[in-house]
Amino acid sequence: MTTLPSLWPLAGIAIVVIGFALRANPLAVVVAAAFGSGLGAGLSVPEVVAALGKAFHQNRYVSVPWITLPVIGLMERAGLQEQAAALIARTKSATTSRILLIYLGFRQITAALGLTQIAGHAQTVRPLLAPMTEAAAERDNPAITQDGRNKVKAMAAASDNVGIFFGEDIFLAIASILLIKGFLESAGIIVQPLQLSVWAIPTALAAFAVHGGRLLRMKP
Amino acid sequence: MIGLPALYTLAGLVFGSWAVATLLDRQHTKRLLGACFWGLLAVEFLAGDALGDTGNGLLLLLLVALALLGAPGKGQAATTTIAERLASVARHGNRLFLPALIMPGVALAGTFIFPLLPGLVDPKQVTLISLGLGALIATSVLMLWLRPPLVAPMQEGRRLAEGVGWAMILPQLLASLGALFTVAGVGEIVGALAPMAIPEGSRLAAVLAFTAGMAIFTIMMGNAFAAFPVMMGGIGLPVLVLGLGGDPVVVGAVGMLAGFCGTLLSPMAANFNIVPAALLNLPDRYAVIRAQWPTAVLLWLFNTAMIWGFAFR
Repeated sequence: MTTLPSLWPLAGIAIVVIGFALRANPLAVVVAAAFGSGLGAGLSVPEVVAALGKAFHQNRYVSVPWITLPVIGLMERAGLQEQAAALIARTKSATTSRILLIYLGFRQITAALGLTQIAGHAQTVRPLLAPMTEAAAERDNPAITQDGRNKVKAMAAASDNVGIFFGEDIFLAIASILLIKGFLESAGIIVQPLQLSVWAIPTALAAFAVHGGRLLRMKP
Repeated sequence: MIGLPALYTLAGLVFGSWAVATLLDRQHTKRLLGACFWGLLAVEFLAGDALGDTGNGLLLLLLVALALLGAPGKGQAATTTIAERLASVARHGNRLFLPALIMPGVALAGTFIFPLLPGLVDPKQVTLISLGLGALIATSVLMLWLRPPLVAPMQEGRRLAEGVGWAMILPQLLASLGALFTVAGVGEIVGALAPMAIPEGSRLAAVLAFTAGMAIFTIMMGNAFAAFPVMMGGIGLPVLVLGLGGDPVVVGAVGMLAGFCGTLLSPMAANFNIVPAALLNLPDRYAVIRAQWPTAVLLWLFNTAMIWGFAFR
């Protein structure tokens, strides 16, 4: 019988779950959770502040992609969204389902080749994909409600996520493959990245079938 | 060598420009709050090295406090009207798509070219640096081609940033929470508790405990990378691989994908789930998760079946 560790450091997880369930402001929830776990693990308040500050500083790279916003805004200013919508409104064969299906396949294949950064929510979904799918939905269902538009736009963002998540692991040098390899190696099990990435293919196909099937059944 | 410091300086200047744009916007309802928010973020990127851990921590708490008070708010960023945009569309047509290809093109080219030029770019940061370079090139091309006012990049950037709002700093803050969980030893505790959830000798129950653990812990942490060492160390390796003779390749590779299904369901995965809802002006913060959950659940079942069916041949 192993002894049970102290459970107090888990306070942060409880705070996260409750905070998100109550729909409190996520920034406040995260800070509260950091203090919950930190104090639960025996750190003092100044120690938690310092640990948070150190981690926030080290994780600046997470916020770097925001530097693309001025470019996206400049393109929108010139009418990129309107042009994308006009192009789709003229192309009758481009239905909401087909646009998203093609994008899903494109995102999975390019991610499998390691090109995860060539598309994304700021770079492609907001300026191109969302206006295109919205225009197709409007054309095929002129009586669409605002709620219907929002659902279509949310599905555009969802398709980007599904595409990248279940494509990138086929690429050999992606962080998650290297993490699995490194973990197994530390346990004395040597595997090659190729062995791991091959096992990402069935799930990638299943993701295209499952999410693609949902896209085809979607009614604008 | 060009590395992260150059990118951080660029990002700091971009955030700083939004502080200036907010200050200049006399119709802004949260003018001072908004300017302080962007200004502090700029300080973090430009001078965070000099602040020390406690200084950065206090700056972070101040940012969150400003956000709770309503920063960054929404102002009247100078942009074009719908009529002006339609006129631009009539004039430029499909050529408007060309600048949208610059950033992907530079990202693609950089991925292949930078590794061939050793010493120029930090090899670990090729993707982010290509992204920054692509943004600079695309901005220059757009400015030279369309000749908008010189303040346009600053104003347009601020317009989009205000659309995203306080969610801008959520991904970075969540990454910091992950680091704090590590300091507090949350992973080890969960790894120690997880095996207790498995009934003795049942292969299916063990597989279910592993994939469910991956998904649930990923939902709580917002990141499958954080869940993987915990669940693989707690259940995957000792129970599935060493105990039941499962193939570590299948258990590891597919187990990670079971975690990705959790990412699709997690509000903690802000970059993928919360930020896009803000970028697309969706009123429901969880709209993207709502669109994803059936896909996530079905793929989780598929991954569970894959391990159960193929790891024990």
